[in-house]
Amino acid sequence: MARAIKEAEASWTGRYPELGTGLVSYEDSISPEFYELEREAIFRRAWLNVGRVEQLPRRGSYFTRDLAVAKTSVIVARDLSGQVRAFHNVCRHRGNKLLWGTTPNDETSGVCREFMCRYHGWRYTLEGQLTFVLQEEEFFDFDRRDFPLVPVHCEVWEGFIFVNLADQPGQTLTDFLGPMVRGLEGYPFHLVTERYAFRADLNSNWKIYLDAFQEYYHASVLHSQQQVPSLRSFATGYKAPHYQIDGPHRLVSTGGWKGVPRHQLPHDKMYPLEPLTEAGLMGPWQRPDIPELDPANLPPGINPGGLDPWSISNFQIFPNFVILLYERGWYLTYHYWPTSHRTHMWEMSYYFPPSRNASERIRHEVTAVISKEAGLQDAGTLDGTQMGLESRVVSRWPLSDQEITVRHLHKTTGDWVQAYLRDGMGAPA
Amino acid sequence: MSDAIPAIPAIPGSATVLPILPETFSDLAPFAARWCLPTEPARYAERLRSTMAELEAFYDAARPRVREAMAHLDRFPLDALPEPEENLLHLVYSFVMVSLPVEVWHQPRVIDAGTAYFDRHLEPTP
Ligand code: FES
Ligand SMILES: [Fe+2]
Repeated sequence: MARAIKEAEASWTGRYPELGTGLVSYEDSISPEFYELEREAIFRRAWLNVGRVEQLPRRGSYFTRDLAVAKTSVIVARDLSGQVRAFHNVCRHRGNKLLWGTTPNDETSGVCREFMCRYHGWRYTLEGQLTFVLQEEEFFDFDRRDFPLVPVHCEVWEGFIFVNLADQPGQTLTDFLGPMVRGLEGYPFHLVTERYAFRADLNSNWKIYLDAFQEYYHASVLHSQQQVPSLRSFATGYKAPHYQIDGPHRLVSTGGWKGVPRHQLPHDKMYPLEPLTEAGLMGPWQRPDIPELDPANLPPGINPGGLDPWSISNFQIFPNFVILLYERGWYLTYHYWPTSHRTHMWEMSYYFPPSRNASERIRHEVTAVISKEAGLQDAGTLDGTQMGLESRVVSRWPLSDQEITVRHLHKTTGDWVQAYLRDGMGAPA
Repeated sequence: MSDAIPAIPAIPGSATVLPILPETFSDLAPFAARWCLPTEPARYAERLRSTMAELEAFYDAARPRVREAMAHLDRFPLDALPEPEENLLHLVYSFVMVSLPVEVWHQPRVIDAGTAYFDRHLEPTP
């Protein structure tokens, strides 16, 4: 009879005894009732990343983010003093959505001096003050100062703009991020701004898809074609060399495939496109000659496991935001925005230092194309995972040590919902 | 191999304006009308509606010229490429787009991608 061979004490999972090692339930990913709790307990209480400061290049720049999971839309704007602010995207007169794109279902962005409602023309400053009311004398006992846009808590960290929809957030943004995620501080995000952004509507719970991007156990099978046929390893798999957990957040780092960085493989162990363009899945072979991106100059928190070689650090920031930093001098982000208990809108952005010539731009294109194709495999497959879970044929599932991140996400989600049910608080104590 | 230039496939719904390539890359002209596409969604759509024979024909013709194309393009400022060079750059992007079907998947679609579609709604120009 086969028995488990992993000793808990000698495992990554064993370092975090609160996680346990038992079977887990994914009821949290198939239950409409749980989804309704999650909306309140998590998405209306946690800090949510809604963009970057480069999206607000000038005073008066603004964009909207529709947050279906929280049944609201927010306006994020740079006011005349340069401060980034957020407001609920709702006109104080009769509730019209203030800003939208082609239809009320579309987000929008631009530059303006004031916001004007397209229903009756009320106008608001970039600071949210109501400044113009058509036929103001027709209103009763009316003072414009009583009707500003409803502000949303908004903080900027390392150029990332976060909002918190709670009346009073339980933690400041930096307390919420905690020391492990704050290990990213000092990375030169402001120098890595050439962006390729994708969106997809996916047929799985947000956590089920997120799980596929926080473990590498699946990589040698689902993404077997990332390796040329002679390197594929259906039988031996892959072990990530570093895992770390801090509060609700997780980190996985890798050090190349079996310890060899991709660009150092013999050319016959790569696809012809790679040596031809000198770029691939892990980025352009040549790191940009930007001193701030030299791993020797990066903050130590980027590679807290001290891996050598080091390839990727995958920061999983609760609840739905991911930053992956690549040793080759670029990074990417994922966002998972729930739209129902079994669907979500997924966003992916690649960021490179701005291309200085066509070759650099072509290498970025190679990386952006190859990397997207791996994501398509996850997306195609995870529809099937959602179906399997929804059959409810099985209710308890095993997780390996290489899936500690999956175990932690579902436990954290459950903890936040329990804390909300218990005392209506945000982050559990 | 015949020296005859293959017929240029018509692009549905667009006027037939043949994209010009730099003179030294005129051997790639037969692929210009179809593959000088400025955006990734357009290149991905073209890939999905192509047969493997069509993808391979373009790949085989473009692959020996990619290094030269990169060197040629690097002689111009990226934000001020003359029109033929910009067309060539778009053609190289398309070469990247067809490389994975030819080298990895042996079919136009990604294996195991199911019905998934990612919309690249923002990208640098050019
Ligand atoms: S609802 Fe906005 S002005 Fe009337
Ligand atoms: Fe994956």
